[in-house]
Amino acid sequence: MTSAVLSAHDLACERSERVLFKGLGFELGAGEALLVRGGNGHGKTSLLRILCGLSQPAAGEIRWRGEPIAREHEQYCQEMAYVGHANGIKDDLTPLENLRLAAALDGRELDIKAAEAALHQVGLSRCIDLPARVLSFGQRRRVALAGLITAGALLWILDEPLTGLDVNGVAMVENLIRDHVVSGGMAIMTTHQPLALEGVSPKSISVGD
Amino acid sequence: MLRFLITVIRRDVLLAARRRGDWLTAQFFFVMVVSMFPLGVGPEPVMLRTIGPGVVWVAALLACLLSLGRLFADDHRDGSLEQLMLSPYPNSLLALGKALAHWIINGIPLLLIAPVLGIQFGLPVDALLILVLSLAIGTPILSLLGSIGAALTLGLRGGGVLITLLILPLYVPVLIFGAGAVEGVISGTGSEAHLSLLGAFLVMSLLIAPWISSLALKISVE
Repeated sequence: MTSAVLSAHDLACERSERVLFKGLGFELGAGEALLVRGGNGHGKTSLLRILCGLSQPAAGEIRWRGEPIAREHEQYCQEMAYVGHANGIKDDLTPLENLRLAAALDGRELDIKAAEAALHQVGLSRCIDLPARVLSFGQRRRVALAGLITAGALLWILDEPLTGLDVNGVAMVENLIRDHVVSGGMAIMTTHQPLALEGVSPKSISVGD
Repeated sequence: MLRFLITVIRRDVLLAARRRGDWLTAQFFFVMVVSMFPLGVGPEPVMLRTIGPGVVWVAALLACLLSLGRLFADDHRDGSLEQLMLSPYPNSLLALGKALAHWIINGIPLLLIAPVLGIQFGLPVDALLILVLSLAIGTPILSLLGSIGAALTLGLRGGGVLITLLILPLYVPVLIFGAGAVEGVISGTGSEAHLSLLGAFLVMSLLIAPWISSLALKISVE
């Protein structure tokens, strides 16, 4: 039994005075993955946004290494990477520039070799020098996912990471998540598609039932 | 901390350089509005000299408002604002960086064009100098206060009109002291008092505005 790095207690979320979920809690240690289940509009995205600190829960608290994330915001952001519905990449920059910019904003130096290696890993070797606006939806998604590789974060929070990806892309993401978790990382994700993570049995919670 | 600030500023300047069309709109708007007045009120030198400073300043306010709507909106739409807010630095530093970048992109060009436009109104050389100086102190205030409005109206429909209603009243003191400084030179009463008050206003908005806009951003993104 690993000790919990991230723990949530009694979380509740309200949207326009309607309770989406309440009394939600879980613990996640190093080398564990969590799958958030629930239908459309049941609050999966809201839960992920609360977990990464973009929204405040209506009740309850989230702790990272024993400290509330609201207090340890900067430390927590350093160790957490979030990929939401929107990819968060700039259309006027190339994938390479996007990765290096994201690293610089996190206070890290990312050399061109490492960025190219990450883009190669997600299958974008041919598009390194093109502005992101000419890339397809799935390719832009891959740029955002390449950001996970270069971020070196301990905790990944992924909102529907498989949206817009082809069969190869899905396998690539599955490998990425599995490698990350097997090597001691943590992942929290939502998905409507079946996710095959060999050798990893993710915990799962349901929202909004 | 300082590196993060510089990275945010460099990012926005780079993005503006990639999209020169958007950036030039506000500058052309400024030139057009100021140039309309001599055509409209007629070529009387005394009248033009009296209204000149006020016209340039009002046009600068409007040009600033025109570009403020997009300060956070573009980043909000493509999700990069969330990523920026999740960077391991205080969000007020982010708001300060965005406001300073807005000033570099939109404010500094106004400073450079303003003396040329001032000549259209027959302003004497010492008045032109004070015009540039007052704009140099005043336009950062416009960007800083404007970032509060941009953050508050983020994601709202019709945010462009709302930002005008919210922020223009806050710009009134800047307009009064900025245009007042130039008029002071023309009428011979001096401009030091006006410029000092403008400077005090700049210090105050540097201290307070980034903090308020970071709070507004948090509410808008939620």
